[in-house]
Amino acid sequence: MNAEHFIVAALVLPLLGALGIALAGKLPNLREGITLATAAALFACVVQLLDPVLAGVRPELVLLEPLPGLPIAFRVEPLGMLFALIASGLWIVNSVYSIGYMRGNQEKHQTRFYVCFALSIAAALAIAFAGNLLTLFLFYEVLTLITYPLVTHAGTEKAKQGGRTYLAILMGTSVLFLLPAVIYVWHISGTTDFQPGGILPAGMDKGAIAILLALFMFGIGKAALMPFHRWLPAAMVAPTPVSALLHAVAVVKAGVFSVVKVVVYVFGIDTLTGATDWLVAISGFTIIAASLVALHADNLKRRLAYSTVSQLAYVILAVAILAPLSIVGAALHIAAHAFGKITLFFAAGSIYTAAHKTEVSQLDGIGRRMPWTMAAFGIGALSMIGLPPAAGFVSKWYLVSGAMSQGAWFALAVILLSTLLNAAYFLPIIWRAFFKPLSAEAVAHPHGEAPLPIVIALTFTAAGTLALFFFPDVPLALAQQLVKS
Amino acid sequence: MSIAAHLPALQVVLPLLSAPLVVLLRHGGLAFAVVTTAAWAAFACAIGLWLQVGQLDPGGAISYHIGSWPPPWGIEYRVDRLTSFVLLLVSGMAALVLPYSRASVEREIPRELHYLYYAMFALCLTGLLGITITGDAFNIFVFLEISSLSTYVLIALGRDRRALTAAYQYLIMGSIGATFIVIGIGFLYLLTGTLNLVDMAERLRDVENYRPVLAALAFLTVGISLKLALFPLHQWLPNAYTYAPSAVTAFLAATATKVSVYVLIRFYFTVFGESLVFDKLPLPQIMLGLSLLAMFVASFIAIFQHNLKRLFAYSSVGQIGYITLGLSFDSVNGLTASIVHLFNHGIAKGAIFLLIGGMVLGLAKHGAVPPAPTFDRLDGLAKRMPLTCFGIVIAGLSLIGVPGTVGFISKWYLIMAALEKGQFWLVGAILLSSLLAVAYVWRFVEVAYFRAPLAGFEKREAPLSMLIPALLLVAATIWFGLDTSITVGSALDAAQQLVKNGR
Repeated sequence: MNAEHFIVAALVLPLLGALGIALAGKLPNLREGITLATAAALFACVVQLLDPVLAGVRPELVLLEPLPGLPIAFRVEPLGMLFALIASGLWIVNSVYSIGYMRGNQEKHQTRFYVCFALSIAAALAIAFAGNLLTLFLFYEVLTLITYPLVTHAGTEKAKQGGRTYLAILMGTSVLFLLPAVIYVWHISGTTDFQPGGILPAGMDKGAIAILLALFMFGIGKAALMPFHRWLPAAMVAPTPVSALLHAVAVVKAGVFSVVKVVVYVFGIDTLTGATDWLVAISGFTIIAASLVALHADNLKRRLAYSTVSQLAYVILAVAILAPLSIVGAALHIAAHAFGKITLFFAAGSIYTAAHKTEVSQLDGIGRRMPWTMAAFGIGALSMIGLPPAAGFVSKWYLVSGAMSQGAWFALAVILLSTLLNAAYFLPIIWRAFFKPLSAEAVAHPHGEAPLPIVIALTFTAAGTLALFFFPDVPLALAQQLVKS
Repeated sequence: MSIAAHLPALQVVLPLLSAPLVVLLRHGGLAFAVVTTAAWAAFACAIGLWLQVGQLDPGGAISYHIGSWPPPWGIEYRVDRLTSFVLLLVSGMAALVLPYSRASVEREIPRELHYLYYAMFALCLTGLLGITITGDAFNIFVFLEISSLSTYVLIALGRDRRALTAAYQYLIMGSIGATFIVIGIGFLYLLTGTLNLVDMAERLRDVENYRPVLAALAFLTVGISLKLALFPLHQWLPNAYTYAPSAVTAFLAATATKVSVYVLIRFYFTVFGESLVFDKLPLPQIMLGLSLLAMFVASFIAIFQHNLKRLFAYSSVGQIGYITLGLSFDSVNGLTASIVHLFNHGIAKGAIFLLIGGMVLGLAKHGAVPPAPTFDRLDGLAKRMPLTCFGIVIAGLSLIGVPGTVGFISKWYLIMAALEKGQFWLVGAILLSSLLAVAYVWRFVEVAYFRAPLAGFEKREAPLSMLIPALLLVAATIWFGLDTSITVGSALDAAQQLVKNGR
């Protein structure tokens, strides 16, 4: 099999998996078996693409041509490779976790849940491998629609409201801003293919470039740049595995991934020189404002959601600085934040499953009852703050180096302040969990750790967060290729 | 001469002959068999013609002389790219809707009237195909009347008594429209002394500057706009679609207004030529304004409808706005958008109304007359009719213009056309209006998927004979959203041909 076959396999496997899951709906053990087997096979396929990509090969695949000159095409480049590795790798862990969570909480409609999950992963991989803007846009919209049933899984009034916000913002921004941006690029360049160095015609007016950039940045609503971030907290109404993999990894990463991809492969870093000051300001504002909201959020998932908004803006800020080093940082942060945040969500879901607690203020002393969960939470929090020995430190290192190389003092100040804020809203949770005495209410309701699959999953991702600090080789190699190419 | 040479005549004659035959037979089952066969034969003719046109040089047309009377004296049937594309849509929809009719009509129309339903359907099909294929102005009027009169009867066959007033309302409005059209054609005949469209186009150049030409243009525009339900001349449409039998609604929504758009394109681009239409009168501006009104006002009204059929009827008025918007650009991309959207919207809306027809059967207790699909009856419907609801969602996504569906293709060309003209605000307007579609489609989604199902109904889909044609159309909305070689290919060819002809 050559690389093209693996692209096909990576896109088709989750679809076949979804079919198998649907057919095996009446047999839960077989159904979960299919999910795990599909996830493992998918990851194996994606890994097969790594060596060729690292060697400089860019496997391509053209599927269809819905509009003349505008095919649905896939092309694996370093950044997409990185995103695909993260999404497919974490899907395995998340599936283990899902089994524990969905059964532990006796959720309904589990078959639909697993089917939609597999389809979401297929869409995420298609985004990762997209070879042009049309393909990216197509699967971007597919991802929005296919995750909608997951967000509204509970089927309650609150889920319906959350789903409305989710859909309205993601659809609204993509239709109103992203689509015209895509069509405009096609209109002026005659192509939407991603090419290193960009595809915009030379000598384009700076004002026009800035407007186009704004259309892309706000149009990619999945990157949750303020003021279009509200969908992310709204999506927290979903079951925790969805929040963990989709709203900490696949969906939001599809957003920032698209941002990096557009900047590097559509605009080109050189073209953008001088056109991104406003983006630095907005992403800086998003980082600080979201952190401040997180500081006051008592609901744990809500706090994590706003932390995600803030962390996503890091990636956008890194891109807006336009230094090669900071772009390496952006790519690394996609990986680092993925591992850290999925761990945090796993922990939140673990607490909910074992102790039925959702608020930060209820967590007094819980670390003594759930040491694995809260230790993993601690590692995830370290990564968010950007302290060694967690992955977040590596990406922040590159981000800060890049900012320094450009003399971007405002960005540096933002990063410093946000680090403090991150510490301010994560460390008290850990302190509370380990050092405060159990509340009277908690004493009356004894509980232990969460079910084993959950503990295995969060231990694994916490270990991954540490491993990425000590062995960042593969992500780093891919990120550096991104800048070189 | 082989049969292939006579396809243009057979295209119209086969369904035409089936109508009196059915009336003589006076038997529902036989009528169904005869008319369905005729419709399939017509579809085969349309495919044959499409292949034949494909072999001609770009810009070529098949010319068929009825009774061997050569044009301009005799009646000419003329098939070019655009004609054959519309013929495919109309006859293809008939070929799908007729098999569907059997189970649907069984419940919605009294048994003794079944043969009449099929006869009228055959006549309506004849009329629509005739309008499309003929190259003779007066012949257009004749076929228009055939299709209109049969449509009035078809609508009146609806079980709801308001179907009668709906039909009557359409009769009045339709007759006014037809009168305007015949006045317009009369003026043209006075000026040019010919009824053959190609001949008329040539002779019009000599009399271009005379005032009556503009009067003819104005009469034709208003008359045809009534038939195609251009906002604000759409008042007949919501009631007609709401109260007509389900199969009729689906067929009309997919074809009738689309054929009227075709007639408008024919007159604008082939007969008058763009210079006359677009330079001497502020028609593009008027068309643009009315299209925008349709896109926003009609779509907005749709959001608040209580009856699902009426909701999608208003959505049709809005979607027709996109088609006429494309015309107003007077460019290849704009015209491509119009032509491709008349096909794309035809199949998407056809799919929705077919599915609603299946849905209303499920809303009734066994054997009873199906009730109207009002929202209070649709609670939790997705649990009872998962396929039907999923199909409506997919077709609804196409109305929104989600990529991967046909609606996206149309939107793409519309926006390209707007960009070409440098009209950035129009790009915004097109996109904003498509968000209104999200609102009305999601209203259905939330009712069907989030409310608890009504008690006393078991899970039961529509009969397969209804579900299969509907789901085929749903599949087509995806298929033609990804592989557009037939739709965009034809539309682009046709548009290039038309725009070049005018200059």
